[in-house]
Amino acid sequence: MPADKKRRPVLVQVETPNLIPERDLGKMPVLQAEHLGIDFGGLTAVDDFNIAMGRTEISGLIGPNGAGKTTIFNLLTNVYRPTRGTVLLDGYDTAGKSVAEVNHMGIARTFQNIRLFSKMTVEENVLVGFGSQMKTHLFADMLRLPSHWRQEAEFREKARELLDIFDMRRFAETEAGNLPYGAQRRLEILRALATSPKVLLLDEPAAGMNPAETEELMENIQRIRDEFQIAILLIEHDMSLVMGVCEVVGVLDYGRIIAKGTPEEIQNDPKVIEAYLGKQGVK
Amino acid sequence: MTDNAPKGEARPVISATASKGRTGAYRRLPMPARYAINAILVLVFLVVGELMIDGGAISRYQSTVLEQVGIYIILAVSLNIATGYLGQLPLGHAGFMSVGGYGCAIFIVRMMETLGVTARDFVTGSPVCGLLFVGGLLVGGLCAAVCGLIIGIPALRLKGDYLAIITLAFSEIIRVVMLNIDSVLGFKLTGGAAGLTGIPGYTSFLNVFVVVAVVCFLIHTMMKSRHGRAILAIRDNEIAAEATGVNTTYYKTLAFVVSAFFAGVAGGLYAGCIGVLQPAVFGFMKSIEILVMVVLGGMGSMLGSVISATFLTILPEALRAFSEYRMIVYAVVLILVMIFRPQGLLGSYDFSLSRVIERVLNHDFPWGKGGTGKGSAPDAADHEPSETTDAEEVSADAGR
Repeated sequence: MPADKKRRPVLVQVETPNLIPERDLGKMPVLQAEHLGIDFGGLTAVDDFNIAMGRTEISGLIGPNGAGKTTIFNLLTNVYRPTRGTVLLDGYDTAGKSVAEVNHMGIARTFQNIRLFSKMTVEENVLVGFGSQMKTHLFADMLRLPSHWRQEAEFREKARELLDIFDMRRFAETEAGNLPYGAQRRLEILRALATSPKVLLLDEPAAGMNPAETEELMENIQRIRDEFQIAILLIEHDMSLVMGVCEVVGVLDYGRIIAKGTPEEIQNDPKVIEAYLGKQGVK
Repeated sequence: MTDNAPKGEARPVISATASKGRTGAYRRLPMPARYAINAILVLVFLVVGELMIDGGAISRYQSTVLEQVGIYIILAVSLNIATGYLGQLPLGHAGFMSVGGYGCAIFIVRMMETLGVTARDFVTGSPVCGLLFVGGLLVGGLCAAVCGLIIGIPALRLKGDYLAIITLAFSEIIRVVMLNIDSVLGFKLTGGAAGLTGIPGYTSFLNVFVVVAVVCFLIHTMMKSRHGRAILAIRDNEIAAEATGVNTTYYKTLAFVVSAFFAGVAGGLYAGCIGVLQPAVFGFMKSIEILVMVVLGGMGSMLGSVISATFLTILPEALRAFSEYRMIVYAVVLILVMIFRPQGLLGSYDFSLSRVIERVLNHDFPWGKGGTGKGSAPDAADHEPSETTDAEEVSADAGR
């Protein structure tokens, strides 16, 4: 991991509570959320959530169970309509857009509990992700016009190239539901990548993985960032992954960000230790 | 046989484009060959059927039953889009069938008057009649598709039981409208309870099965395209599909409308087959009957729908001699299937003749591989699947 540490960028304060890596400074943040909040009845699940993500930033969101991490993902992707605040993707407001439209705008996500199209093959799962880039008309597909064949061949090849990233080409014709657990998690990431996102949201990508697999996942996350030049925001409980791969970490407790900074800063922040271990943990 | 094996192994070295299957060097049929094989099977089936009817081997009554088999195949396969592929449970398929039937019949009858075509011309056959037939089916299908759109947009916001009830109510509304629309409009359109009569017998064995083949082809090609994948994705996981950029509202409505369209086409054929359309025929039981075919055959399996539609149409006819007991037998068959094979006869398995041929070419059999090995085993095995291929010929060509 020493290589990672060398690569870790200097963080700059942009607009108070937000931090982005120095290399992304001067470019418009790809994802911005301002004063985002949602109430479920009387319960405030998330309140005053702010984020500005640099174009190639990897950041993490941690927090105790029930802190509202997944709710934030659901707010960013419009699964829930925020009660307050705005989400800007590349400067465009996502308010009023459907979940699919938000995906077309450039946010892709994976799920905490794997949600694959389990009866379809691995290749088809990825092709569904490419769906919004395929342009053939229904009748062209039904009548098998040349444009259909051209497009199918093009995107099948693209899908297989994408599968190569995680060395999954050999699974291309396997039913997704029959894949081993780790491969299912990887496929979910590939399916999200197929939609050519600008921001990738990963909800506990390392859940259920052993240390070796987590290590591999860390490398892959960085590889995806470098290859696709996208921003990645991940929720994770596995601290080795968060500390190893994230450039910025935000800590969420009771729906509020209580600390933000580099992994090193976070590890030593008394407020974070308190949130995880209770008041006695702070000495 | 012994020549083949080394060739199969050498292939990937020669062509870099050979797709890598599980076995590495898996020989595949080129696309045109796949289509040609299926087209030839359809032709053979049609020619044999037509010869048997002309030669008198199939009686007039039997050929009418065959026409109905074809009509029910279309109905089951089209309902399968909404139930098997999309994963919803609509109960109003008879409604779409009735709209299509009336639309087609009224169009053809009215056009006959203006074009001066008589019912006899349909029997002897003329180019105008062919055009009228195709036009009628398209009009019937479009009428049903419009109804599908109108009902689909609000109904598809609901799920499960609620969708079932709203579509059920819709088909009842259609039935009542067909019954009473004449007195509302003030002129004769549907003929009310007495029914719409004077429909020429434009349906024959030949054109029913051409339509069956076309419908099965179109549904198959739709499902094996980006549109079909989006529909299947919604069935497998709606939340994930939406997050992956599938416009769920659009694709649900699309599946529903296409399903309604083909039900309308089947309704048009039905009108020509029976010759009289009565609203009472398209009641709740008709929808259930079609749904039973889909569930029995296996949701999501086109061949399953084809087989069970054939079986469930012929069974009551075959049991006509024991008419008191036939509904009991029918019911017992359903109960047994649901107890022993709740996922339907074929589950979601779909038969592909090309896949069978590919397996034979690669010596890849369920009972073990004889791929690189030589000797008698692959030889003996080679003949067996070809027999099953013959047996499945009828359903295969209808299924493609």
